[in-house]
Amino acid sequence: MAEPLLKIDGLTRRFDVSKPWLNRVIEREEKQFLTANADVSFEIARGETFALVGESGSGKSTIAKMVVGLLPPSAGTITFDGQRIDTSAGIPRSLRRRFQMIFQDPFASLNPRWRVGEIIAEPIRTFGLMNPTDARKEAARLLEVVGLSAGDVNKFPHEFSGGQRQRIAIARALSSKPEFIVCDEPTSALDVSVQAQILNLMRDLQDEFGLTYLLISHDLSVVRHMANRIGVLYLGRLVEVAQGKKLFTEPQHPYTRMLLDAVPDLALSGRRRRPVEGEIPNPISPPPGCAFHPRCPLVHDRCRHEVPQPQPTPIGQAACHALDRVDTA
Amino acid sequence: MADPLLSVRDLVVEFPTRRGTLRALDRVSFDIMPGEVLGMVGESGAGKSITGAAIIGLIEPPGRIAGGEIRLKGERIDNLRPYALRKIRGKRIGMVFQDPLTSLNPLYTVAQQLIETIRTHIDCSEAEARKRAVALLDRVGIPAAERRIDDYPHHFSGGMRQRVVIALALCAEPELVIADEPTTALDVSVQSQIIEVLKDICAERGAAVMLITHDMGVIAETADRVAVLYAGRMAEVGPVREVITEALHPYTQGLMGSIPTLTQESDRLVQIPGSMPRLNAIPQGCAFNPRCDRAFAPCFTDRPDLLSPEAGRQVACWLHDPAKAQEVPHG
Repeated sequence: MAEPLLKIDGLTRRFDVSKPWLNRVIEREEKQFLTANADVSFEIARGETFALVGESGSGKSTIAKMVVGLLPPSAGTITFDGQRIDTSAGIPRSLRRRFQMIFQDPFASLNPRWRVGEIIAEPIRTFGLMNPTDARKEAARLLEVVGLSAGDVNKFPHEFSGGQRQRIAIARALSSKPEFIVCDEPTSALDVSVQAQILNLMRDLQDEFGLTYLLISHDLSVVRHMANRIGVLYLGRLVEVAQGKKLFTEPQHPYTRMLLDAVPDLALSGRRRRPVEGEIPNPISPPPGCAFHPRCPLVHDRCRHEVPQPQPTPIGQAACHALDRVDTA
Repeated sequence: MADPLLSVRDLVVEFPTRRGTLRALDRVSFDIMPGEVLGMVGESGAGKSITGAAIIGLIEPPGRIAGGEIRLKGERIDNLRPYALRKIRGKRIGMVFQDPLTSLNPLYTVAQQLIETIRTHIDCSEAEARKRAVALLDRVGIPAAERRIDDYPHHFSGGMRQRVVIALALCAEPELVIADEPTTALDVSVQSQIIEVLKDICAERGAAVMLITHDMGVIAETADRVAVLYAGRMAEVGPVREVITEALHPYTQGLMGSIPTLTQESDRLVQIPGSMPRLNAIPQGCAFNPRCDRAFAPCFTDRPDLLSPEAGRQVACWLHDPAKAQEVPHG
């Protein structure tokens, strides 16, 4: 395998969710930490789409924020294009131009007081890539690239629908000519017919500009449609990483199986869904050992006190003590 | 065929605004049979929730029902006085809202809320109401219901809260339950549990369900029939399997194709160009005509009504009108 574009190693993030100091003293409580991500490692090759899926609270967005430098990790390293990013000092400008982010809510991610042209040209201006006249022209060109009209540069975001705004957000992300785009739930605020337009657009742009995507989503069918490789998160840990479509035909980890079983499907296979027992536990006090063990059908003694390490599987890797027993379940 | 439990005919809901009246629902008609699960789908703004709110009499003024009628077992309920409507709401029609956090009162325990509701609609003692409430909570899958009934809503997780809301909707044994996006605020693993509970418990009690959602997957697995709304108008009604596999309306076809599934092979999703028109700019003729690749002359001038090209299916599209279809330019 060639040198990966992005390499994440042992990424961990803890949030301090303690009560204020005085309350702690009076109520004699310890400090409390929420571990949003624990020891997450993966690589993304150039030109591929790597997706992270998981339920709410599984730490998907925290990873996205750490990757783009909006949040410093508590431990672990991020290496972009062979260059290790010193997370304490922030990401150097030269690297920062090369990655961009598309956010979930296009109603919150565009400044309502700026014209669309200014919004799109902002990264160009920030990185000093072009003179103002060219930047304006570039903004108009990018609007056409994402399927809007060049004349829209003088409009304000409120004049556009949700899907059109997400196109503007994509145009802004493209304007600094990045190689890598983090897409955090890019379509979950949109209706399905608009979602299809945005997903198709993202694919076309990937082919055209050779982009690499880190796609964060809770929607398994979107992920299946878009990703080359998929990582499944549960309570901040990566439980399984697998080749795109294989994950859906040969899931290895019991949690992945459970998640796939739970997805309502259009195919009308007539299968009776196996409803999953229980819910995601509180991340402040996760269960010891494998975090999934209270809900796992294959749980045995070892799972209750030993955290499973990722092991290779036929389709990628998975962290489970019962891997060899999955098939018999 | 049996008489429908709920019959909606030519329902019009309008919202007067400073810039003219908006028609949120425009002559919507459908039936729900006793014990049936009817899925109501559409994109945001299509009028799904307004339909539910109109049936249960919860349209917020200045919005109003401007035409048509709603009948529950043959009896008109759209023009009832508020006190008469209150006897139906909760008693004969139960409602499950999207967000379980806002549909429970945070200041009362679950027991207080359930007992109040039961005693409002059913003549019984407090002790008996409590017994019913515990049994109901147990049925919707709340562990240790006896103990947890005295907890406040914030003690419950999102999925558990939605179970409480379902119990609340069902406690007066209604004939119809309107579930407005009951699982949208929940994660997939919990979503399947809730749908299962809702489906089983309604089947058990013979209650019909009107399931409002934008998630076709949920409809596919739960509903008997599905109604597709577009821009406040009914586009298509039919048995769920047929609508999904061989939709008649071009909008439904596009909608189904645009949903990524867990089994599809193609690399590109079907894409409907454009977006749903705003309520103040609905085009003349068929509301879908600017986005439809099969639109022909009558689509731009006359609005199609629901036609029934096959038994049990209805579609509002000129392509399926034998008289007009001869004018279709090509096959």
